[in-house]
Amino acid sequence: MGNVPTTVKHCLSYKQVIEEYPWFRSWLQEEKIITKHVYPEFVKIVEVGPRDGLQNEKEIVPTRVKIQLIDMLSTTGLSVIEATSFVSSKWVPQMADHTDVVKGIQRVPHVQYPVLTPNIQGFQDAVAAGATEVAVLGSASETFCRRNINCSISESMLRFEEVISTAKDRQIPVRGYVSCALGCPHEGHIEPSQVAEVAKKLYEMGCYEISLGDTVGVGTPGSMFKMLQKVMNDVPISALAVHCHDTYGQALPNILTALQMGVSVVDSAVAGLGGCPYAQGLSGNVSTEDVLYMLHGMGIETGVNLDKVIEAGDEKLKLDISIKVIPKIHIEMTSFK
Amino acid sequence: MAATMRLVNRTTFRLRMGQQYMSFSSAPKEKTACVKAAHALPQTVKIVEVGPRDGLQNEKTVVPTEAKINLINMLSESGLPVIEATSFVSPKWVPQMADQVEVMKGIIKKPGVSYPVLTPNLKGFQAALKAGASEVAIFGAASELFSKKNINCSVEESLQRFEEVMKAAKEAAVPVRGYVSCVVGCPYEGQVAPEKVAHVAKRLYSMGCYEISLGDTIGVGTPGSMTKMLEAVTKEVPVSALAVHCHDTYGQALANILIALQMGISVVDSSVAGLGGCPYAQGASGNVATEDVVYMLHGLGIQTGVDLSKLMEAGAFICRIINRKTSSKVAQATCKL
Repeated sequence: MGNVPTTVKHCLSYKQVIEEYPWFRSWLQEEKIITKHVYPEFVKIVEVGPRDGLQNEKEIVPTRVKIQLIDMLSTTGLSVIEATSFVSSKWVPQMADHTDVVKGIQRVPHVQYPVLTPNIQGFQDAVAAGATEVAVLGSASETFCRRNINCSISESMLRFEEVISTAKDRQIPVRGYVSCALGCPHEGHIEPSQVAEVAKKLYEMGCYEISLGDTVGVGTPGSMFKMLQKVMNDVPISALAVHCHDTYGQALPNILTALQMGVSVVDSAVAGLGGCPYAQGLSGNVSTEDVLYMLHGMGIETGVNLDKVIEAGDEKLKLDISIKVIPKIHIEMTSFK
Repeated sequence: MAATMRLVNRTTFRLRMGQQYMSFSSAPKEKTACVKAAHALPQTVKIVEVGPRDGLQNEKTVVPTEAKINLINMLSESGLPVIEATSFVSPKWVPQMADQVEVMKGIIKKPGVSYPVLTPNLKGFQAALKAGASEVAIFGAASELFSKKNINCSVEESLQRFEEVMKAAKEAAVPVRGYVSCVVGCPYEGQVAPEKVAHVAKRLYSMGCYEISLGDTIGVGTPGSMTKMLEAVTKEVPVSALAVHCHDTYGQALANILIALQMGISVVDSSVAGLGGCPYAQGASGNVATEDVVYMLHGLGIQTGVDLSKLMEAGAFICRIINRKTSSKVAQATCKL
C-alpha cells in the first residue's frame, strides 16, 4: 500500500504528515495536474439551425430553401434536426411556413424532426402537419417569460402541461427547453435554483430531455458548472442537454465543462445561424461545425460528417456566418485527434 | 487522524513503483466527473499580452510608431503584467517591426510590468539591449519544415543560435522566454508528435528560458490534442514554467485554454482585440482575444489583475487605427448589449 499506511496507522495529523513526508504534498499537487477527465463516448448533436437559427435571422428565407437545408442536414448523420416552430406567424414571420416545411421535408429514417409548439393550438397544428416530436420552451426568468410569451412562468407551465399530456396520449415525445439558464437580458444574474426548479417541473411533467439554454451567451465555465451542479440534483444527467450561445465567445469552453460533468447532448446551429436576438450583428447559436471539430478532436463519436455539415451551411446560406472552421485549411483534419 | 482520513478519502494515490492507482473515495463515477470539472484551477493566471508584437506583426496595415506606443501605454494601464512590445528582427522580413528601437525607447515602462521583445539571434539581442529591453524571447519550432520555412534552418540549428543569445542574456542578467510553435499541428507537416514538442521545450528550458510558451500556431488543436501534448511536455518541463499560446482559427482557443488551466498551466498568451490574423489563410482568425480570455477567467473566479473595460478601450483604439473590426466577441457584445 506504499508509505501512507504507516502514517494512517500512527494517526498523525495532516501537519505532521507534511513535515515528516515532504513528498506527500508534491504527490497531491501532481495528482491535481494529471487527473484525467471522463468524457461521454458519444454525444448527440441537436441541430437547431433551421428553427432557432433561422428564427433569429433577419432575412426571410424562402420555404424551398428551408426544406433544402433540412434535407441536406438529413444526409450528414445528424439524428435530430429541429425543423420549424408552430408559433403565430404574427410574432415570428420567419416560421409562417411551418406546415409547408413539415410536409415538404424528406424524412430520413432514424432522424427526428422536432418542432416547437408553445401551446395546445400549435401542438394540434403540428400533429396535423405530420410532426412526430415536439418541444416546449420554458424560462428560468420571470421577466423574460413575460416579455417573450406574455405570461408568467407558472402560467406557461400550465400551457405546457396541456401540450405534454396531450402529447403523451398521442405517444409523441416532448423536449423541454429552459432559456436564460445562465443569465437574462432583463434580470441579469439567474440563480441556479431558478433553473433547477423549471427544469425539474418540465421533466416531471413528462419531457424526455431538458435543454438548458444560455440565451444571451453570458455564461462561463464557472457559471455553467454551478448551474449544472444544481440542476443535476433534480434531473438525471442523461436527460440534460446544453444550448450555448457564443455571444461572448464562451460557448465551446461551456460545452466542454458540461461534457466533463457528464452531459452528452449538445444543441448547435449549422453555420452558427441565428444571431443574438438582443443586439444586431452579434453571434448567437454556437456553430455545429465548431462543436463537431472539438468533439471529434477529443475522440468523441457523434455520427456526423463534418464536411457534409460545412457543405450544408456553405451552400444554402449566403448570410454573414460566424463559424470559424474553415475548409480551406483542411490539413487532414481527421489526423488531428 | 480525522484530518488525515479526510485527506485520504478525497484523493487518489499513485504508488511510485508500478503506477497503480488506488482510490479511497467511494464517490460514484458521475460525482467524480463532476468534481473533476471544478478541479484545481489556478487562483491567478498571468496574461502575456502579445498584441503589440505577435498581433500587429500579422496585421496588414503598418501601424505608425506613435500609435504602437500609445497602444502599449494603454495596455500597461489595464493591469496586464506582461506586454510583448516589439521584435528585433530584420525590418526586411517584418516591416511592421521596423520601428523596434523607437517603440522600446518611447513606451512608458510601468513599474511591475515586463516588456519582453523577440530576439531571433545575437545581433537582435544586442540591439534590443541597447534600446533598453530588459527581457527577451526566442522562438523555436516543433516542426522541422516550419523551422526551415520560417527561419531558414533546422530545429537543431535554431537551438544552437539560441545558445548564443542565452549565454549573452545570462551575462547581462536578462530573463529569456522561450516559444515553441506548431505544438499541435504544422501548416506544412500536418500533425506534430507530442514527444517532439516536449523535446524542444525541454531544450529551451534547460538552456535557461524561465518560461516556455507552447503555441498552437494554426489553431488546429482541440482539448484532445492539447491534453496529449501537455501530458508529454509536463513530463519534461515543470508546469509552473509553461504557458499556452492558442490560436482561434478553428474556434477552439478558449476550450484549449480551459483544458490547459485544468492541467495546471497558469500563464496564457493572448492578443488584445484578437489582433493578428492567421498568416496561413487569408481572413482566418489568429490569436485568441485577450478580452475573451479575461472574461472566461474572471467568470471562473480566477484573478488576472486586468481591468476588462480598460483593456477593451485599448482594443477599440487599435481597431480604429487599423480600421478593423475587433475579433473579440466580448468587446463586440459589450458595445451592443
